[in-house]
Amino acid sequence: MIYDITLRITYDYANAAVGGRHVVCLRPLNLPGVQRVISAGLTIDPAGEEWLERMDFFANHVAEFSFRGPHKSMTVMLKATIERAAQIPSPALSVPMPDLAGLLWRTRDMAPRSPLHFISASTRVPMDADMTAFAAGLVQPGMTAAMVIRAVGRALHRRMKFDSKATTVDTSAAEAFAKRRGVCQDFSHIMIACLRGVGIPAGYVSGFLRTLPPPGKPRLEGADAMHAWVRAWAGPDMGWIEFDPTNDMDSGTDHVVVAYGRDYSDVVPIKGTMRMSGRQKSHQAVDMIPMTEAVRRT
Amino acid sequence: MPPKVKPKPVDTQLFARYRPLPGVPDELADASGAMRPAWRRFITHMSALTPVEVSAAFARGERHLADSGVFFRKYGDKTGAGRDWPFSPVPVILPDTEWRHIEAGLIQRADLMEAVVADLYGANRLVSDGHLPASLIAQNPEWLRPMVGVTPRSGHFLHFLAFEIGRGPDGGWWVLSDRTDAPSGAGFALENRVAASRVFPDLYRDANVHRLAGFFRSFRDALDQMRIDPASRLGILTPGPLTDTYYEQAYIARYLGLTLLEGGDLIVQDGRLQVRTVRGLAPVDVLWRRMDGVWSDPLELREDSQLGTPGLMSVLRQGRVTMVNALGVGVLETQALMAFLPKICRVLMGKPLLMPNVATWWCGQNAELAHVRAHAKRMMIGPAMATRMPFESGAVHAIGGELRGANDADLHDWLTDNAGDLVGKELVTLSTTPVYKGDALVPRPMTLRVFLARTSEGWQVMPGGFARIGSSPDTTAISMRNGGSVADVWIVGDKPVEPVTMLTARSTPFVRVQPGPLPSRAADNLFWLGRYIERTEGLLRLVRAYNSRLVKAASEPLLDVVRQRLKAYQIDATEAFPTGLVETLGSAVYSASQIRDRFSVDGWAALKDMETSMNRIALKAEPGSDAALVMSVMLRKIAGFSGLVHENMYRAAGWQFLTIGRSMERAAMMTDLLAAVADPKSPDGGLDLAIEVGDSIMIHRQRYAVLTNRENVVDLLALDPSNPRSVRFHLGIMGKWVEVLYGTRPEDQTRRFERKVAALQDAFKAHTVYTLDTPALMKAHWQILDLSTVLNATFIL
Repeated sequence: MIYDITLRITYDYANAAVGGRHVVCLRPLNLPGVQRVISAGLTIDPAGEEWLERMDFFANHVAEFSFRGPHKSMTVMLKATIERAAQIPSPALSVPMPDLAGLLWRTRDMAPRSPLHFISASTRVPMDADMTAFAAGLVQPGMTAAMVIRAVGRALHRRMKFDSKATTVDTSAAEAFAKRRGVCQDFSHIMIACLRGVGIPAGYVSGFLRTLPPPGKPRLEGADAMHAWVRAWAGPDMGWIEFDPTNDMDSGTDHVVVAYGRDYSDVVPIKGTMRMSGRQKSHQAVDMIPMTEAVRRT
Repeated sequence: MPPKVKPKPVDTQLFARYRPLPGVPDELADASGAMRPAWRRFITHMSALTPVEVSAAFARGERHLADSGVFFRKYGDKTGAGRDWPFSPVPVILPDTEWRHIEAGLIQRADLMEAVVADLYGANRLVSDGHLPASLIAQNPEWLRPMVGVTPRSGHFLHFLAFEIGRGPDGGWWVLSDRTDAPSGAGFALENRVAASRVFPDLYRDANVHRLAGFFRSFRDALDQMRIDPASRLGILTPGPLTDTYYEQAYIARYLGLTLLEGGDLIVQDGRLQVRTVRGLAPVDVLWRRMDGVWSDPLELREDSQLGTPGLMSVLRQGRVTMVNALGVGVLETQALMAFLPKICRVLMGKPLLMPNVATWWCGQNAELAHVRAHAKRMMIGPAMATRMPFESGAVHAIGGELRGANDADLHDWLTDNAGDLVGKELVTLSTTPVYKGDALVPRPMTLRVFLARTSEGWQVMPGGFARIGSSPDTTAISMRNGGSVADVWIVGDKPVEPVTMLTARSTPFVRVQPGPLPSRAADNLFWLGRYIERTEGLLRLVRAYNSRLVKAASEPLLDVVRQRLKAYQIDATEAFPTGLVETLGSAVYSASQIRDRFSVDGWAALKDMETSMNRIALKAEPGSDAALVMSVMLRKIAGFSGLVHENMYRAAGWQFLTIGRSMERAAMMTDLLAAVADPKSPDGGLDLAIEVGDSIMIHRQRYAVLTNRENVVDLLALDPSNPRSVRFHLGIMGKWVEVLYGTRPEDQTRRFERKVAALQDAFKAHTVYTLDTPALMKAHWQILDLSTVLNATFIL
């Protein structure tokens, strides 16, 4: 499936912001066999200075830029064309839960995709006894890591209510879990905390979701803004699998990956500092539309 | 019968009475009980002093430390007033022959540290080859992922290090702790040295003590040589005045001639690190970082940091700045690392460690866990990832088999449940060194902090450092957590040492070095210091006038006018000594505390003294004449402070901002007062009050006899260009200094502040006592206050 993606994020400042420095993490990843970036362009308005693009530790694309003068608003726009396939179902098997710890212990890989980075507490996902207990209650004898990953994701979907009013971008996973409410970011952080609690390496995926469902399918939650889901490690042979707890599904042809990290802090779409007083308002609009064959030929 | 004559002091009688602890190595006495030769000269000198002479000598050291304003704080003690680590005047003395072994051991360790950190942010062979457990790095909060793959511009991660060492039971030295991220204490070492040399001036001169200045000069030269742009500056990055060691940082900044910078002073622009100064941006090429790495950049490191500089990581990555030390080196302080260093040293350097570190076992391995469990009585056990000793980290820990900080938990369960996160360290015992107590020397345990700097000739070790000395004879290393004292460390030789100073002998003609541009934050603080001091003075005068009129039973309407004026400044006139006054002075002290490196020691002492007196007085004063008297005392103190500033402060941009602040405040307060009490409709007695508050009674009397009328009062306090209390006088001062400030900033075309001051000056020149009516005074008042905003926009932002 080929998608046209348009993302526009606008910040309006009550009083002009002076100067500023920003890092954006919005350019989708190339994932061999799963996701191909046909084109991707980022534009900033007003035009930033000191534009610098690089890869971060987790091999995500980030861009840095700064502003010198005063500005009343800032708009970041991404236009991308992405070809997306389903996750390749691994022919290999996941590992039984009891073997996981030993396997991780023997791992000496420090590369960005190594599970070792995703085992312990991270900035926005501290270890939490309640969430660990929730996950532990779902682990049955004989289950593999992959089975636990999906069981936890499914259980969270069933027990949590999608509610965009209940939380903000800074709500902690523990608080959202206690309320059993939240948005994709909360669902994902909670699932990560649950999985790490039972020893499964888990991380955060930021990305996009197809805006309108294929004919006959229900509309997915989280399609009107950037989306988030979970990537978890099912063992050395099966590797990483991606699960979307907000929609209770493996990520697939409706998902486009932008970045991988330990939690939201590693993949914040736009972070920055500037000097300003007064309030700011932000607005985000996303469209992810399949391109038809006919359009593609022209 | 005791002899009638006073016995001639035996040259070493102090030593004869010294009783080292049995079985514990001692710095003064060797294993056989004989005096170590390096101490002979010192003991002879001390023994010849009478107790009175000893007290006098010690008092010289104390006085020096008090005057220089340096103080230490105890672990975790936030209330600490003054120095909680008192100075122990008896130095620790080591022969330079032994010191050379210590140097060799620490230089090897410094090289090892560099090799380890380069690997951790580079090829990561130590992990992939199994010499370091991957989880210790991957889960380590000090392993900063943004640094992975970065090669520092200088080619090195480490440039300045400290090691905490102690002498073990076998007489050899052990490394207790590695301080790599932002090591503190070099300034304390320097301060202790100055204090010790004041205590024993003659002895210090003649005792062949290796000097510290050479080390600091080499370090300063090394910083200089790492600069690429010769026009750039060297800075010290401080977390700010709330840090325990801020005073030390300010001290060392002054000593080395570096600019003391907070994160907010710096900005990344044009791909470079720059300081905001009153003359615009000035590049910084080399930064000595005294802020912990994780707080240094909110964009790429801890996002909740209020201390850092956005983009710092980026310029480091791009090789546009050299950081001493590079970010990410805090990972070397990880407690568990010591368990693996002995082997890593053999792998990387092909040799064993010359100086061992405290035996350490990481409990993430089964055999090690079993060992720690079996020997818990001889260990301290704490977090593996911590960068401090278990008892310093604040987390749950065990000492000598006893679990601390966990309710009712069992040591063995705790070990089992948290094995991978724990580390066991041998409970080392330390050597003792003499301290002077009750006219005698007594042994106390000690550790040494030693400093290393990378210079063009490789690592150089400071010949000395500072000793931390335990407060009780308990020789386990943990006794240090109860505080104690600090002492200088003398490395002595057989031959006279070469005198070194920080002043280089120059063959080129003398050039007067001009002070660098003033950082904007410092300018802002000086400006506000000026305003708050002046506001304190103005309010004191007004409150005094109010209280003295209470006694004379002045007209209620007049008292009400004064109360209203004071209320505008959050002052409740009915309090005998209003708390609002104490707060205003507190704001002045706060502003000054932000810029200790630019503020004279005497000025600071005067300001603190004023605050102390005010706080004391505020509790006791009674309304009326008593309060009026107290205000007079405070006014004299403020005059003393102003005198100090006026007489001693270098006339650079800093002084100009302070002065502009004072003049602006004085002019603003005077216009406000005149508008309130010199209006034709104002209550009787207002004009006399204005003359009194304006401290112009004498001049008024000389000129106009005793009669006040609106015309002569307004002329004297607003329009007279020669009266240092008049509005016009202060507009003149502002105009003069503003001109000087703009002279340094020719690129600024707008000159808004200058034009606004000039417009006000012109207006006051043109005004007569008849045109300067109450509306005109109020208008001037607001225009003067508006100057503050314009000044801020021009020079500070």
